[in-house]
Amino acid sequence: MAAAGKEVKLIGSRPSPYVARVRIALHLKGVEYEFLHEEVFGNKSELLLRSNPVYKKIPVLIHGGQPICESLVIVQYIDEVWAASGPAILPADPLDRAVARFWAAYIDDKLGPNCVALALRLGDEASRAESKEQLFAGLQLLDEALGKISNGKSFFGGDAVGFLDIAFGSYLGWLKALEKVEGIKLLDESRFPRLAKWAERFCSAKAATDVIPEPDELVEFVKLLAHR
Amino acid sequence: MAGEKGVKLLDFWASPFGQRVRIALAEKGVEYDYHEEELAAKSELLLKSNPVYKKIPVLIHDGRPVCESLIIIQYIDEVWPGKNTFVPSDPYSRAQARFWADYIEKKVYVTGSKLWKLKGEEQEECKKELVEIIKTLERELGSKKYFGGESFGLVDITLVPFASWFYVYEAFGGISVEREAPKLAAWAKGCKERESVAKTLPDPEKVYEHVISLRKRYGVE
Repeated sequence: MAAAGKEVKLIGSRPSPYVARVRIALHLKGVEYEFLHEEVFGNKSELLLRSNPVYKKIPVLIHGGQPICESLVIVQYIDEVWAASGPAILPADPLDRAVARFWAAYIDDKLGPNCVALALRLGDEASRAESKEQLFAGLQLLDEALGKISNGKSFFGGDAVGFLDIAFGSYLGWLKALEKVEGIKLLDESRFPRLAKWAERFCSAKAATDVIPEPDELVEFVKLLAHR
Repeated sequence: MAGEKGVKLLDFWASPFGQRVRIALAEKGVEYDYHEEELAAKSELLLKSNPVYKKIPVLIHDGRPVCESLIIIQYIDEVWPGKNTFVPSDPYSRAQARFWADYIEKKVYVTGSKLWKLKGEEQEECKKELVEIIKTLERELGSKKYFGGESFGLVDITLVPFASWFYVYEAFGGISVEREAPKLAAWAKGCKERESVAKTLPDPEKVYEHVISLRKRYGVE
């Protein structure tokens, strides 16, 4: 059976932005898959421990029985295996690919984790203040990058949702949850005009449908976590 | 800057990240201009080429900068595919290669450098962590010649610069890679027989001296 035809399973949970990335990529390529819901509270499943012995974390894509781990690695895998099934997720040009990978790495380094940690109210006053600063600085840089990379088109990827859209878009649920929890506007149209409009477009995109959790859902999740 | 033809590399001799790029360029036989950066006095070009991190290595190809060593290696592989690509052709093996390169990136430098920065209880924790990392890599390597199998590839390039740091791990942490991970030690020796690696990796003694001076600067003594 051709690689693309084998059975696809995804171990994950709804709140995880990393899982969201994989789901969006699968949707973009029209791939049918079984979502194996991993309990966030409680013991990790046998399947997860077996499939990701190194990190024991979600998401894990299991394709034809073989596991692939790390969200951005999985997204690139999906792009390559189902190349014929949908628009390319990564750009074709090597320099454009390098730029997309650079910003995706930046997002995972400076933006995403800060956003989630702040929403979870982790750390003391000083570290939270620093995280917020880093977050705003990052949003500024991304807003500028979007201007340059998109070339006036709707997404970082151009006309269609691409790698960098997925990398950042997957955090939008958490960004909005943070806005609610802190009572601040992060994707402020006056401060980050391009990013704010992009966020609306991304959340309305077909591939993102039902993937990005509503802020209330995540706020509830945060409350549950706080009680454990 | 754009429109200027050729390949430039902004780098620092002791940087394992820079060494990765030098090895990758050498493997592809790409000619380039090497610029040694003074980390205490970064050049205009570096600040302009990597405004986000202001760090080396930066590859400047026909005037356009590419930053972050793993991203640079993949860029080099894509622009100059040649006979031997750094990643396998089948998507699953490719995903495994990227996974392990990412693992090395997340774990080795951070833990390795904590080893010579910390003392006491914290250092003991760090030692345990580093041994765990080394053993994990040993398991992944198994009996293969390279992490990439028969071909020297992405994972090998990502890890091999740290071979010059094995002496530092021993000197400051009492961790012998030879003892903890004999296959890994043998792999490192095998890699050093490649011209690209032999010409690029600094003498472990020099790295040791470099760490001594870093410790002084950080006030660790």
